[in-house]
Amino acid sequence: MSLVFDIALCALILGVAAMALLGRGLFASLAFFIVYGLLIALAWLSLNAIDVALAEAAIGAGVTGVLLIGAWQALNAQSALDPDPVAHWITRVFAGLGCLAIGGLLALAILAMPGGTGLTTEVIDTQGQLDLGNSVTAVLLGFRAYDTLLESIVLLAALVAVWSLTPQGLWGGIPGPRHRTRPDGVMASFGRLLPPAGLIAGVYLVWAGSDAPGGAFQAGTVLAAAWILAVLAGLQDEPEVTSPLLRAALLIGPALFLLVGAVGAGFGGFLAYPEGFEKPVILAIEYALALSIAATLALLVAGPPRRPGGAR
Amino acid sequence: MTLIEILASACLAVGVFFFFAGTVGLLRFPDVHSRLHALTKADNLGLAFIVLGAGIHFGDVMIAAKLALVWFLAVFAAGAAAQLVARAALRTGDEP
Amino acid sequence: MDDVFLLAALGILVSIAGALFRAWRGPTRADRMMSAQLIGTGGVGVAILLAAGRDAPAMLDVALVFALLAAFAALAFVKTATPDGAGDPEADDTEAQDREPAP
Repeated sequence: MSLVFDIALCALILGVAAMALLGRGLFASLAFFIVYGLLIALAWLSLNAIDVALAEAAIGAGVTGVLLIGAWQALNAQSALDPDPVAHWITRVFAGLGCLAIGGLLALAILAMPGGTGLTTEVIDTQGQLDLGNSVTAVLLGFRAYDTLLESIVLLAALVAVWSLTPQGLWGGIPGPRHRTRPDGVMASFGRLLPPAGLIAGVYLVWAGSDAPGGAFQAGTVLAAAWILAVLAGLQDEPEVTSPLLRAALLIGPALFLLVGAVGAGFGGFLAYPEGFEKPVILAIEYALALSIAATLALLVAGPPRRPGGAR
Repeated sequence: MTLIEILASACLAVGVFFFFAGTVGLLRFPDVHSRLHALTKADNLGLAFIVLGAGIHFGDVMIAAKLALVWFLAVFAAGAAAQLVARAALRTGDEP
Repeated sequence: MDDVFLLAALGILVSIAGALFRAWRGPTRADRMMSAQLIGTGGVGVAILLAAGRDAPAMLDVALVFALLAAFAALAFVKTATPDGAGDPEADDTEAQDREPAP
C-alpha cells in the first residue's frame, strides 16, 4: 500500500509540474506552483525526512505563495505583464537542455553514491558528544556548521540586495504598502488570532529541534509568517529599515554564530565548540538564528522601502 | 480487527467520503460562490473525521490535543479564506 | 491497520487530483485559489494519515505547519482584488461601487 501511495504521489507531482509549466496564464501557473510546494512537502514526509518536510511546508506551501502573488500583483499594477508570454525557441531549447543536464548529473551522482550506511555511524557518535537527539540538527551545527553559517549570511546578503533597489529619496523608509482592513472584519480577526499561535508554534519548533524534527530554519519561517500576517491584516506596520531594533534582530544570529566561531578558533579551530558546553552553545545559536531568519524572510517578502519613514 | 480499529477505519471512510463530496462540489457546482460553499463545508468535515480516526488510533491524550489544534487551525483558515475569497470574487467578477 | 491509513491517504490524493482539474479549468482566479485552498486542507489530511500509518507522531508537526499557513496564499490573493493591493475586500465596498476594472 505504501508503494501505491508513493507512486500516486509521484504521478500527482509530475502532473502538477506539467500544469504549472504548460500554464493557462501566469496566475494559473502560480496556483499550481503553490500546490506543487505542498505535494513536495508530502513527498519528503513520505521519505521520512520530517525536517525537510517541515521546511518545505513552511517555505513552499506558505511564504512562497505570498511572495509570488505579491510579485504578480506588482507587475500587474504596472501593466508589465505579458498576457501571452512565449519564449523564443532558442531560449526554450537551452532551458530544456539545461534541465536535462542537471537532472542527468543528479541521477549520476545518486547512482554513484556508496551503498550501505554512509556516514550514519559517525553522525550517531558525534550526536552523543553534542548531546543532541536530532541527527539533522547535529549534522547542520556539528558537521557542517561552516555551511550553516554561510547560509545564514547568504540570506542576509539577499536582503541587502533587495534593499539596494530602494528608490532615490526613500532610503530609511518603510517597506510595502500600509495595509488597511475593516477593524471588526474577518481579515483583522484572522490577523489577531493566528500570530499568537504562530509564535508558539515557532518557538516550539526551535525548542523541539534539538531532539526531534524542527530547528532554526523551520521555526524562523513560521515566525516570519506570523509577522507577515500581522502586517497583511493591517494590525502592525513594517518597521523602518534603519530601525536599530530591526538591525539587531537581523544580525544577532549570524553575529553570535561568527563570535562562537572566532572564540572556537582559540580552542583549536574555527567553529570548534568549547568542550563540555556544546549543547548550550548550539542551542543559543539556534534560537538567535531563528529570530534572524524570521526577520530576514519577513522583510524579503515585504521588499524594498516604498514609503518615507518617520511618519509614525 | 479490534473494535478500536473498526471505529478508526469507519471514521477514515467517512472522512474520505467528505473530501470526495467537496471535490465533486468544486467540479460540478455552476458558479464561483456555490463552489466555494461546497468545498469549505465538506473538506473540514472530512478533516474532522480523519483527525478523529487518527486520534482513536494513537490513543494518546497529548497527540489527540495536537490533532484537535491542527483541525481547529485548518477550520479557522478555511472559514476566513472562504469569506475573503467570496468577497474578492464579487469584486473581480468573472474576470479570468 | 497501517494500510487502512495509507488507503485513506490515497483516497485524498485522488480527490486532490479532482480539485486540480478545477484549478486548470478556472475560469476565474477565485476558482484557482479555491482549488489550492482545498488541496491545502487535503495536504493536512495526508500528513495526519501518514503520521498514523507510519506510527510517527513527529510527522504531525508538518500537519500543524500546513494548517497554520493554510490561508496565507488565499489572503495574499484577496489583497490583489483591492485597489492598491493593500485593502480588505470587506472594507473597500464604498470605493468598489465604481468597480475597479480588474487587471
